[in-house]
Amino acid sequence: MSKPKLAVYWAASCGGCDIAILDIEDKILAVADFFELCFWPCAADFKYKDVEAIPDGGITLTLFNGAIRSSENYHVASLLRKKSVVMCAFGSCAADGGIPGLANLFTLKGLTDYAYLQSPSTDNRTGIIPQPVTKVPEGELTIPVLWNTVRTLDQVVSADYIIPGCPPQSDQIAAVVGAVIDILQNGKPLPPKGTVLGASDKSCCDECPRKRDIKKITKFIRPFDAKLDPDICLMEQGVVCCGPATRSGCGAKCVKAGVPCRGCYGLPAGVKDHGAKLISAIASVIDSTDPADVARILSEIPDPVGTFYRFSLPESMLRRAQV
Amino acid sequence: MSFEPRILGLLCNWCSYTGADLAGTARLKYPPNMTGVRVMCSGRVDPGFILAALKNGADGVLVCGCHPGDCHYVEGNYKCLRRIPLTKIVLQGFGIDPRRLRLEWVSASEGLRFQEVVTKFTEEIRALGPLGLQEWGFDPSNPAGDKQAERISAPLGIGV
Repeated sequence: MSKPKLAVYWAASCGGCDIAILDIEDKILAVADFFELCFWPCAADFKYKDVEAIPDGGITLTLFNGAIRSSENYHVASLLRKKSVVMCAFGSCAADGGIPGLANLFTLKGLTDYAYLQSPSTDNRTGIIPQPVTKVPEGELTIPVLWNTVRTLDQVVSADYIIPGCPPQSDQIAAVVGAVIDILQNGKPLPPKGTVLGASDKSCCDECPRKRDIKKITKFIRPFDAKLDPDICLMEQGVVCCGPATRSGCGAKCVKAGVPCRGCYGLPAGVKDHGAKLISAIASVIDSTDPADVARILSEIPDPVGTFYRFSLPESMLRRAQV
Repeated sequence: MSFEPRILGLLCNWCSYTGADLAGTARLKYPPNMTGVRVMCSGRVDPGFILAALKNGADGVLVCGCHPGDCHYVEGNYKCLRRIPLTKIVLQGFGIDPRRLRLEWVSASEGLRFQEVVTKFTEEIRALGPLGLQEWGFDPSNPAGDKQAERISAPLGIGV
């Protein structure tokens, strides 16, 4: 009997998710033992035509990381969807849009102008901006078309499961992969479509070891502004922490290291808009009843939209800034 | 046809909804553009309700609660008082005029004030015009959303 096929792909992502898969250490050998790797551009030399040659439904499991923001991302997502039995949105970018999703606060023209013309380190005196099609004497050269709006995997093709995290924690990946092998080997039923794997339903605060008391904030600070108490809730110390409205599963690694939660595990169960819940949680602990005072304290939050929607802008209700 | 704004009113059960009732029983006239939804407390208003209203076709959202110090639950309206300004900051970041969201205090005896608040807010939203929020849904026949891309000019969001 031939082994079940495994594919891993990166769309608009940084590659950290691929590294996280390798980070499961010796368990990667069990994965290699059980699965036949059929596509993993980060780790092995496969071409798109190799995937095209696989019959529909020929790939048992695809771990898809990265957001969808170009014609190439969309093409490969559609291709892998067609070929895969189980398609997992792997990591924050595929699940909620992730860091690339913050491009939705800008416009495509604004982004390309800044990247290719305006940024201080750019030296582009002839003002060249990459074009989808370029004519050269030998013929036409094409590159993928960049989209104005960054999307999650599930918004463009259907994803069966979600494994959140930036990147997903390696112990969680090992557990999920182990469970998948167990399901396939022993013929157990798959969890219902849309299940979030490798995380729990509660919020990050549930895993946080810091002591929590009544929160009364008169001033928001950044972690480097003050010497923070290692045992007390960061929010109580005035640091904007995304823990209250972020899914747990990471083991509260950031807060244990003295850094506020950044929200990478995304929306907890039942939450539709990550940022709205964070507005709710963070604004309500301000210790003032005077509107002018409240406005002053709120103005100290650096980049509120980018902070509250750091990993989930394309998945949010408004999806992107209006232009 | 002239533009008729659609406004969602989130009215606290103990003061503002009763105030709206009083405006009704006193036969006070105000524009019919506001659809009132009774909530138990202005502190119950999740910013997500506001975003959902704007996304689903509201041109403005009016949140009404008890005057500061009068909350039936002691401090629910103070929570609202802190959340609304932050919601406005975030709306601005999304390119939505924060004037489309308003927080007002209306007590149970202020039927007249309720009339004034709704009339004034409706006129302001009418002057702002339709919100015209785009869906940004994914269209497989036009995956790149080229029409949107042509309309874009300056980068948004810097300095938000």
